[in-house]
Amino acid sequence: MKKIFFILFALIAVMGISAQDFVIGNGDEIQSLDPAHMQGVPEQKVFLALGEGLVVNDPKTCHAVPGIAESWKASADGSVYTFKLRKSTWSDGVPVTAQTFVDSWLRNLDPDTASEYAYLIGIVVKGANDYNTWAPDKAKSDADNAAAKAAAKAAVGVKALDDYTFQVTMVGPVAFALDMFAHQIFAPQPLHVIAKVGDQWTKPENYVSNGAFVLKEYKQQQYLLAVKNPKYWDAKNVKLASVKFLPINDVKTEYNMLKNKELDWATTVPNDLLDEVKLRSDYQVAPATISYYYIFNMTKKPFDDVRVRKALAMAIDKKAIVDKITKGGQLATNALVPPMEGYTPPKGNAYNPEQAKKLLADAGFPGGKGFPAVTVIYNTNENHKKIAEFVQEQWKTVLGIDVQLQNLEWKTFLDTRSGTHDFQITRAGWQADYLDPDSYLNMFVKDGGNNDGKYDNPKYDALIKQEASMMGGAARNKVMQQAETLLVETDQHIIPFYYYVSQNLIDLKKWNGWYNNTLDTHPWKFISKK
Amino acid sequence: MTKFIIRRLLSLIPTMFVIVTLSFFLIRFAPGGPFSAEKKVPAQVLQNLMKKYHMDESLGRQYLRYFGEILRGDLGPSFRYKDMTVNALIKQSMPNSMLLGTLSLALAVALGIAVGIVSALKQNKWQDYTAMSLAVVGISVPLFVIGPLLQLVFAMQLKWLPTSGWITDRAGLKTLIMPVITLSFPYFAYIARMSRASILEVLRSDYVRTARAKGLKESTVIGKHVLKGALLPIVSYLGPAFSGIITGSIVVETIFLVPGVGKIFVQSALNRDYTLIMGEVIVYSLILIVMNFVVDIVYGFLDPRIAYK
Repeated sequence: MKKIFFILFALIAVMGISAQDFVIGNGDEIQSLDPAHMQGVPEQKVFLALGEGLVVNDPKTCHAVPGIAESWKASADGSVYTFKLRKSTWSDGVPVTAQTFVDSWLRNLDPDTASEYAYLIGIVVKGANDYNTWAPDKAKSDADNAAAKAAAKAAVGVKALDDYTFQVTMVGPVAFALDMFAHQIFAPQPLHVIAKVGDQWTKPENYVSNGAFVLKEYKQQQYLLAVKNPKYWDAKNVKLASVKFLPINDVKTEYNMLKNKELDWATTVPNDLLDEVKLRSDYQVAPATISYYYIFNMTKKPFDDVRVRKALAMAIDKKAIVDKITKGGQLATNALVPPMEGYTPPKGNAYNPEQAKKLLADAGFPGGKGFPAVTVIYNTNENHKKIAEFVQEQWKTVLGIDVQLQNLEWKTFLDTRSGTHDFQITRAGWQADYLDPDSYLNMFVKDGGNNDGKYDNPKYDALIKQEASMMGGAARNKVMQQAETLLVETDQHIIPFYYYVSQNLIDLKKWNGWYNNTLDTHPWKFISKK
Repeated sequence: MTKFIIRRLLSLIPTMFVIVTLSFFLIRFAPGGPFSAEKKVPAQVLQNLMKKYHMDESLGRQYLRYFGEILRGDLGPSFRYKDMTVNALIKQSMPNSMLLGTLSLALAVALGIAVGIVSALKQNKWQDYTAMSLAVVGISVPLFVIGPLLQLVFAMQLKWLPTSGWITDRAGLKTLIMPVITLSFPYFAYIARMSRASILEVLRSDYVRTARAKGLKESTVIGKHVLKGALLPIVSYLGPAFSGIITGSIVVETIFLVPGVGKIFVQSALNRDYTLIMGEVIVYSLILIVMNFVVDIVYGFLDPRIAYK
């Protein structure tokens, strides 16, 4: 008897030691546990633990690998995808079927859900955008409106062919759609729970999920604890026993916690300690698909003159910015779109002070004489400030012009840049929603919601329209390259500065399955202790 | 006395009304809104979002709706934390800030008055100079320096305490030590200086001389006569200080990851989380008003010259 106790005790002790518990500093507190309203990076990291869609991102390449879909087939013209789903269940045992996907996508698209990211479905799925942006016609009766809404819903290109076959009809041969389906907005939602408890389904006591982990505990502002989901279809390959997400806003505290081994992964690094951080063996840096640039407001003088725009762009030494200011290995660039598979961005207009001076003189401001008062706005941030001051200095020395700098609090900045468009030059940054140049380029079409500088070139719009309806491949890439050349070279609507890098602190001698990748996405199911 | 209390309680109503009304309209003047984001949602989706939160209605109607809701004790849903109501957010974070604040203030009062007494009695001696130098440090060095400094010494170097966290974590009550010390430091310094000054003043007054002339023990003179008079300014300081300290400190809460109400307050303003800002303003002003009221009553007991009739 004593022996048995001893063995049991030893077993528990060993299990305790080998338990793979992981703690991550997850930045801001998450806004919601409902995939329909998950927007930021912290939410995405939580989703990667709790949920799973048709596909998941490969931890190395970021390309789609099977998730709930076992396999898939695209039609010859690339516009219809048929997914074969595996038999899997929610954490409460209810099966996840093709109908679950249909209903979840439709819930996200439902105008009443008002999902912030549903437009991603709208970009790729036929009829989805129409349903998502459907609005009742006040002139019609309620019954007519209800019928119209139902018709819009029925027209969305999603269908359950049988319990485990899910078919999506696209807006065309969308080259990037498959990788995009890993995004949380395309994930199934436990509609059987939502039907029962309504809005309360995101409460921890009601929350069921279909990913590698389930929600065990959630204390807002303290931690979110996810533990391994025994009902997950691939549970035998999930090595971590739990993941604890800590909301940490203070970069220094996060760094101290990591140094004190209270954290396994810090998702931010303190910029002012970068020289020290870079020497650490757990410092991970990788190119990211995020661009940093300035936008000219084309409706304000003197920026309606392309020579002025080019002069200002060519007077800035971007290499110096990444070497002396950002220092994290960011890549200086004269183009907007980061290099992607098969796509090479145009060269753009390189740093050339002599040419810049000449262009400014041609535009009627020799040596900067007579140049009107100009203000550059940026959102309050130490790095943005340093860069703006560097640019200000270069424009002064190279072109002889004086510009003012103005920092604005984030929401005020957004309102000025995107709401009232009351700026001359503004700082901007953009991260790809999906790994395709289109994610950057479609911002600048004339009526684009994110066309903050009011860029307007019919040739550009035509190229973007053309590219959107083409099959992926060299021909499409060439069209997109032409468009980008217009944007960053011929018209110089923006001044590109650099591509961001993702910076993390995680000890890869201790953890397997975590790889640097361009999307900075790291699905938990692949991570394990060495 | 009862009449006075009732009158004061009634005067709460118009004060709160003005506060709620003013802040409701003021926050709407700030540029941007809860739904402005870098990646803009399609216009129709934005409208649907506005509708969901009744923001498509006129400001006047929104105000009436909001007023009706708070009369029923409902502070509404948070714009940012979509799974939470403002009531729930405040209910779960307020007790943490209250605990931290009460402990910090208690420490600050105990130490502050003790140091004040010693300094006053040993005026211009080394004890006085040491204590007052410490107080100057406490007033002039900001929390965001003291906090990380403590963290560096006790967590990073000595490894006695966890860097951060809260009592519900594995480290338990130990997590309280550094935030309490940090938060209490400036209050301690202020109270120490204030009590020293006021004790010195009282020590020179006639009734203390009389007490000594009667041959009373020094401890009785200090405890019964000096302190009672000298503590009045501190009591009046404690009201606003208490309401200030229990409504959270963004700095301490951010550095030590305390799940308190101060962090939420500041962030809600940055996020333009209208309902959450309003909820916090209401709770904060209620606490402030009630504390001032309590101070007035306590004053009545301490100062025989004041009588509420």
